[in-house]
Amino acid sequence: MAWGRLRRKRDMPGGLWSKCKDCGALIYTKELAEKLHVCPKCGFHHTVSGRRRIEITADPGTFEEEFTDLQPRDRLDFVDTIPYAEKLVLAQEKTGQADACFAGTCRIADHPVVLAVLDFSFMGGSMGEVVGEKLARAIELAEEKKLPIVIFSASGGARMHEGAISLMQMAKTCAALQHYRHNGGFSISVLTNPTTGGVTASFASVCDVMIAEPKALIGFAGPRVIKNTIRQDLPEGFQRSEFLLDKGQVDLITLREQMTETLGRILAYTPHARKQPYAS
Amino acid sequence: MVKNEPAPRPSHHVLPFEQPIEDVRRRLHELEDLATQTAHDLSEEIEFYRDRLQRLTREVYADLTPWHRVQVARHPQRPLTSDYMRHLFTDLVELHGDGYFGDDKAILTCLATLRGRRLLLIGHRKGRDTKDRLSCHFGSAHPEGYRKALRKMHLAERLGLPVVCLINTPGAYPGVGAEERGQARAIAENIFQMFRIRVPILVVVIGEGGSGGALGIAIGDRVAMLENSWYSVISPEGCASILWRSAERKEEAATALKLTAGDMHRLGLVDEVIAEPVGGAHRHPHEAMERVADRLEEWLDQFCAVPVDQLLEARYRKFRDIANLEASAQVAAQAAAELDQEASVHDPDAETAPEEHPAD
Repeated sequence: MAWGRLRRKRDMPGGLWSKCKDCGALIYTKELAEKLHVCPKCGFHHTVSGRRRIEITADPGTFEEEFTDLQPRDRLDFVDTIPYAEKLVLAQEKTGQADACFAGTCRIADHPVVLAVLDFSFMGGSMGEVVGEKLARAIELAEEKKLPIVIFSASGGARMHEGAISLMQMAKTCAALQHYRHNGGFSISVLTNPTTGGVTASFASVCDVMIAEPKALIGFAGPRVIKNTIRQDLPEGFQRSEFLLDKGQVDLITLREQMTETLGRILAYTPHARKQPYAS
Repeated sequence: MVKNEPAPRPSHHVLPFEQPIEDVRRRLHELEDLATQTAHDLSEEIEFYRDRLQRLTREVYADLTPWHRVQVARHPQRPLTSDYMRHLFTDLVELHGDGYFGDDKAILTCLATLRGRRLLLIGHRKGRDTKDRLSCHFGSAHPEGYRKALRKMHLAERLGLPVVCLINTPGAYPGVGAEERGQARAIAENIFQMFRIRVPILVVVIGEGGSGGALGIAIGDRVAMLENSWYSVISPEGCASILWRSAERKEEAATALKLTAGDMHRLGLVDEVIAEPVGGAHRHPHEAMERVADRLEEWLDQFCAVPVDQLLEARYRKFRDIANLEASAQVAAQAAAELDQEASVHDPDAETAPEEHPAD
């Protein structure tokens, strides 16, 4: 739900030089892209777009996108400073995509999987009807094809402009995941910077294995909301991946450059890879 | 409404938009008091004001804005889970604790009997006085609350008891401890697991349905809202402070979010709206609670008769297709066709019975 706040922190600034959002170091933009948008000075993992995520995660040329026909709608006639319908058009023009989620089939380290990726650059990766529906269909596709699913999250949470329709996407995605798991499915959730609100409080937290990228902000309530509630400064590293690992909330932290390999090593343990009967 | 039930006396918290009602009521009470003190026959005047009070209450309540309804949902005299517990249920055995960390007072779990039907009651606890409210964080649960609820649902499953959930929370608690112990995960796990709880789950939003904090115990075979409750992805204040950058714009946010029971039902997000007595549940708490009990009684009988696999399939389908325009259109078309067939009898349940949700 915090996307409005987070949105203002621009994605990687364009131009020749980029500034690391954590240590402030100036980095040659091209070099930053080569390093998978990880700061060479401090190792901070910058948020990447959905397309770029697929590019750096899936085996080259294997991603086949699905469910491209889903289009967001303004069903509540929601207006804040500008109508939601206009906001959608602006976001679509800015990103060249329909909404904040990509899904399809691909290979990761040679394992066939369904891959779904939330895109923070589209309205803070917030989950409305299209994101929820696309995730549910991706999960169902994985169930149908008897494939594991890997979901990358980067999201401020549920999309307020769709009111409780977005809230119910939490229920929808969990319903689909439960159906999938009950029928032998296997899911991996990768939490990246930032993942909060209704996304953390639904599908992203009930996958079989939970991986986080280093130093990613992951939580339910946004830090500012918590700070306003308790009226105290938050502890150092609060709601970061390392904090979550320490508190037993995630299974492992994986560097971006090792993500594909790590996913492959985990996928090798699934019945799908071991060619064993699909457990049920 | 019970006829000739005396109008509630002051000590009653008056909402700003209720002031005209309050003025007439005060006048009525003055006349009633005067009538007992003097020999004058004031029955005509009293009758006039009684009538006027009823009419005005009906008029004001027929025209509430979404923000008014949010205020009614938060009214300090509105019946809380603890009131429902005392008034409607018998043979109560409260079960505490999540079995891992603590006992969250913001969610109550209780073996309970409603009109002879044994069940598990789960509800958000808000508290009446300040001390009480602080002890349950004004109804905002920690992860322990959600884990306690899930643990007791598994117990209900083993005992074959249906589950009734009463929703009344401004939202899950945003705090350091809650985050450390996995607030998001606790809510997610509940939503996820409730699809496989093999007993009927019946949900009524009795006051505030604050986002994930509500949804964490609100996956039900039947989900209803009391007429003046709200259910939303975020509180109006939270929404206003993010999108309008000022919590003061809460009235606009309340309108924009479509959070009223009527809107939620129109959007296909809840199954049913339970009408409150005229003037709101805080004016006639017993009557309001009895209406909830009537509906619960009917659903208990209805859903306990459904074979469990069918029940789970319908629960899954309902949330899988929730607010799906195409699917809802099919449901509406189907309901309309059925209505045509039954022309004379209108059965409101037929339109949204979960087992009739068609496949996507």
